Amino acid sequence: MRFDWSAVGAFLPTFAKGLLVTLQALVLGSLIAFALGLVWALAQRSPLKAVRWPVTAFTEFVRNTPLLVQLFFLFYVMPEWGLTLSALATGVIGLGLHYSTYTAEVYRSGIDGVPAGQWEAAIALSLPRRRTWTAVILPQAIRRVVPALGNYVIAMLKDSPLLFAIGVLEMLGEARQFSSQTFQTVEPYTVVGVAFIALAYPASLLLRALERRLVR
Amino acid sequence: MSADRSTPNTPPAAGGAASSGGPAPAGDTELIRFDAVTKRFGAHTVLDALDMKVYSGKHVTLIGPSGSGKTTILRLLMTLLKPDEGTITLGGRYLTHEEKGGKLVPASDRYSREVRKNIGMVFQQFNLFPNMKVLRNLTEAPVHVLGLDKDAAEERARELLELVGLTAHLDKYPSQLSGGQQQRVAIARALAMRPQVLLLDEVTSALDPELVAGVLDLLRDIARSTDITMLCVTHEMTFARDISDCVMMFDAGRVIEFGPPEQLFTDPVHDRTREFLSAVR
Repeated sequence: MRFDWSAVGAFLPTFAKGLLVTLQALVLGSLIAFALGLVWALAQRSPLKAVRWPVTAFTEFVRNTPLLVQLFFLFYVMPEWGLTLSALATGVIGLGLHYSTYTAEVYRSGIDGVPAGQWEAAIALSLPRRRTWTAVILPQAIRRVVPALGNYVIAMLKDSPLLFAIGVLEMLGEARQFSSQTFQTVEPYTVVGVAFIALAYPASLLLRALERRLVR
Repeated sequence: MSADRSTPNTPPAAGGAASSGGPAPAGDTELIRFDAVTKRFGAHTVLDALDMKVYSGKHVTLIGPSGSGKTTILRLLMTLLKPDEGTITLGGRYLTHEEKGGKLVPASDRYSREVRKNIGMVFQQFNLFPNMKVLRNLTEAPVHVLGLDKDAAEERARELLELVGLTAHLDKYPSQLSGGQQQRVAIARALAMRPQVLLLDEVTSALDPELVAGVLDLLRDIARSTDITMLCVTHEMTFARDISDCVMMFDAGRVIEFGPPEQLFTDPVHDRTREFLSAVR
């Protein structure tokens, strides 16, 4: 086996396109996961069973079924019901939705971790419920869980090649296409592997530094 | 500070509080009233059909062994707890109930919030908001509850910080302050809402001994210089004697004895009071 550096050079332009798609999916997927996760976490604290139960059932269902199955469902079944989205949009929604059920748990633990005395102080000052959440509880809860949320971004990055299964040309997709055209496998897959490490490892170092700063 | 408060200043008459059947001192306005309030935690009855009145501007200290229901009274007044039976009124308005169609029903969140705006509470553990600097701890509720504009709220906050001697720390986070300083901020935060009633729940219990005196001196000042009605749970008997118009001795969910401090501390009627006082002295 020979490692052909010129193949690496040839792969780089398409790799860059794939990297861009991966980062797009990751950023947009994370935003959906962060926002929806908070919605689920708050809904699960609703005094109304009619809100709490369906949300709990939905999040349990999504968390306990594979992301790949969910992506196939969104991409191949939803069009039957009249909802057709591009592969990338489906991938972003799938990633975001799947991981939102995990971030919901993260938010829940963060909210539970805010001392009871903070709720009591908010009541003693007659702060309205919404203000209590936005000014007192959530800022404290989210600060505690930023590192845990970050871990899920890294997990999402590592799950992003699943999007290739529905035809999204992210890093792995581009590598696969390059290798089928050039019959060179070692170089493109090595570049993709190195790229994942180059993204994930500094990110996890950054998270550890954040954790030291935020969780005191 | 709150010389401009709307509550009338009442003369420091003795006997500001009375349990069931107790005489109401003439000329005083009844501010807080407990009618047959029962509170249970599981099988344990913490308050047992308690009747109690507190008159406007009075300083009442609740004493008694732990578990006797003193803190429960403060928490009921702050609506942190709801009574199982009975009603509580503040200035004639129900606190945890409201009248709807001639019937008494549990109060809505909105109604409770409106009534309890007149009550402030200082907690044993301070409970300052750690994500806000000192100044914003003091302005948050005046702006978002009383509707003060930010400048007016800040001006008032600065005045209060001057009163509690912490003007130099307004730009710090609570975690950068000592326990005693945090508790003084918490007192200022409660006063920023211009409450008619201030509830003090063992406010020095979590402090290092050398920091206690500063906080108690501040509270003495407030008691002397304002007409705020105070309900205070404390184990600091000298402080209780200094500031109180009335001391109420609790045992097993009932007021077993009450009276002016000079009488209750020197010549208690009830054996249980005598035992308690000799234990804490």
